[in-house]
Amino acid sequence: MASTTDLGHRPSRSVLVGGLHLADRLFKGVTGFAAVFVVLIVGGLFYQLIWRAWPAITANGFSFIWSTDWNPSQGIFGAGAFLVGTALTSVAALILATAVAVLVALYLVEVAPSRVSRPVSYMVELLAAIPSVVYGLWGIYVLGGFIQSTLGPMLTHTLGLFIPFFDGTPRVTGLLSAIVVLTIMIIPTVMAVSRDVIAAVPGSQREAILALGATRWETIRIAVLPYARSGILGGAILGLARAVGETLAVTLVIGNRVSIPHTIFDPTYTMASVIANQFQEAEGATHRAALMEVALLLLCVTFLINVVARLLVWRVTKGQRSVVIE
Amino acid sequence: MTTAGLVALHRRRRLTDRVMTVVMVIAAVAAVTPLVLIMFHVLTHGMGALSLSLLTEDPNPPGRPGGGVRNAIAGSMLMVGMAMAIGTPIAIGCGIFLSEFGQNRAGMVLRFLVDVLAGLPSITIGLFIYSLVVLPNKRFTAIAGALALAVILIPVVARITEEMLLLVPRSLREAAFALGAPRWRTVLTVVVPTALPGIVTGLMLALSRIAGEAAPLLFTSLGNQFFSTDPLQAIDSLPTRIYTYASGPFDYWHEQAWAMSLLLVVFILMVSVIVRALVGTKVTVRQ
Repeated sequence: MASTTDLGHRPSRSVLVGGLHLADRLFKGVTGFAAVFVVLIVGGLFYQLIWRAWPAITANGFSFIWSTDWNPSQGIFGAGAFLVGTALTSVAALILATAVAVLVALYLVEVAPSRVSRPVSYMVELLAAIPSVVYGLWGIYVLGGFIQSTLGPMLTHTLGLFIPFFDGTPRVTGLLSAIVVLTIMIIPTVMAVSRDVIAAVPGSQREAILALGATRWETIRIAVLPYARSGILGGAILGLARAVGETLAVTLVIGNRVSIPHTIFDPTYTMASVIANQFQEAEGATHRAALMEVALLLLCVTFLINVVARLLVWRVTKGQRSVVIE
Repeated sequence: MTTAGLVALHRRRRLTDRVMTVVMVIAAVAAVTPLVLIMFHVLTHGMGALSLSLLTEDPNPPGRPGGGVRNAIAGSMLMVGMAMAIGTPIAIGCGIFLSEFGQNRAGMVLRFLVDVLAGLPSITIGLFIYSLVVLPNKRFTAIAGALALAVILIPVVARITEEMLLLVPRSLREAAFALGAPRWRTVLTVVVPTALPGIVTGLMLALSRIAGEAAPLLFTSLGNQFFSTDPLQAIDSLPTRIYTYASGPFDYWHEQAWAMSLLLVVFILMVSVIVRALVGTKVTVRQ
């Protein structure tokens, strides 16, 4: 065998590091090719969208980002309303989901016995496995009715008395429906990351504070949360990326109208939903190029959010992982 | 501080602790409730419309109640199968590269890109394939749909493969090296087989993820009113048909959308349960 003879000439390094055998080089080359493929996909994704959106980018200029005038039949394209719709839905969903998800994660790690935490953890993670269109279907025909008949009037009669934004006519589809659906959809993402980060807080941190006579909540507040903060933030931002890019569930429940919502019940559009709703029936090449530009904008936004989130999560969990490797 | 003051402080701290525990329990219940509700509605609405003809007939012309979604089921199976066939070798190759040759700067960058790709919106991936495959060929095809699904699958499987390979104990590799096995042989005959349950888990997770994806298919495989297994023609799929029926005007469409959702959710649940079983065996093997 070639490998045994090689051992004699080059001690240990050739065996452990590889790369000297022809077969090993081939092995590295083949798997490396697969890896390069992934890089090509990411690069190609940007290249293709920039290319297809280029006519729109040159025609619309920078005002595309803040102009809220979107009128395909007259060739006027501004994505401002979609940016506002995306920001409103995903930030609201992010705040609601993070509040719930962090509490659940704390409950699972710090409070619940494992016979409770395992099934609860599993069930919350299952939420992430339900397809987007099923959320949309449920959103229209179950949640929408509940919002129109119960949740909507409840909001208008309480918050609506003080804040005009909550004072409107509850509808089946609109901003609020999209926010609720998105909240449910990103809870598992934020919960899973928060749970792992909280579980990674060293036991000595907790013991130190418990030894000083702290209650369980004080332990969480003083020892656990500060330690896990940047990881939880990373998980929340990952959830944000998911909410921003979420397409069909939102398209089905948001009402699809080009306007900045004046109340929480108004129909609007997000970047993803306007693409899903208009691309197939686009009125000619300029409309299609403008939608490609919206897609490019969406791609850039989610790319940036993902980069920030990954960096945050990595900074926290990297230490553990290298232990696993060794 | 007086004794009374200390007692009051102690009471207040205990009360805060109790209240926050209750708040955490409420949050856990609130997080699980939507799952229970969605399952309940999918089951009750879906069972009503589930019938043999739903599985064996193709859709009627719009507006004529009856008919089925055989074409959508077949189309989903075909495209998901093709996507797995296209994506799996690339994903596993990438995962092996990351675990074997990725403990350096280039590996870090690559790992980062894989993670980011996994987080990009599936609709932009659909438009990417639309631009790359559909426009040059001037037709919507099942292949294009499968490619879009493969792009979604690759980062998921690549990262799980990497993680699973890194979990294989170092002593196993060292044993193989000590016997004089070259690296490729060690990886392919010792490391990968040991990690196989984990890799299969990753594949199944990816399978259940892409089976429910509709956004990347809207502009690649488009959908088809008729039964087709031709990879070079537009083809139907369950998620896109649910989308069409959910947003359409007819009551029987809505019922069939619920029934299709039931099929999808049951499929995904089954995969999830199998994955749980596999992960269980993996853990026992490791100990």
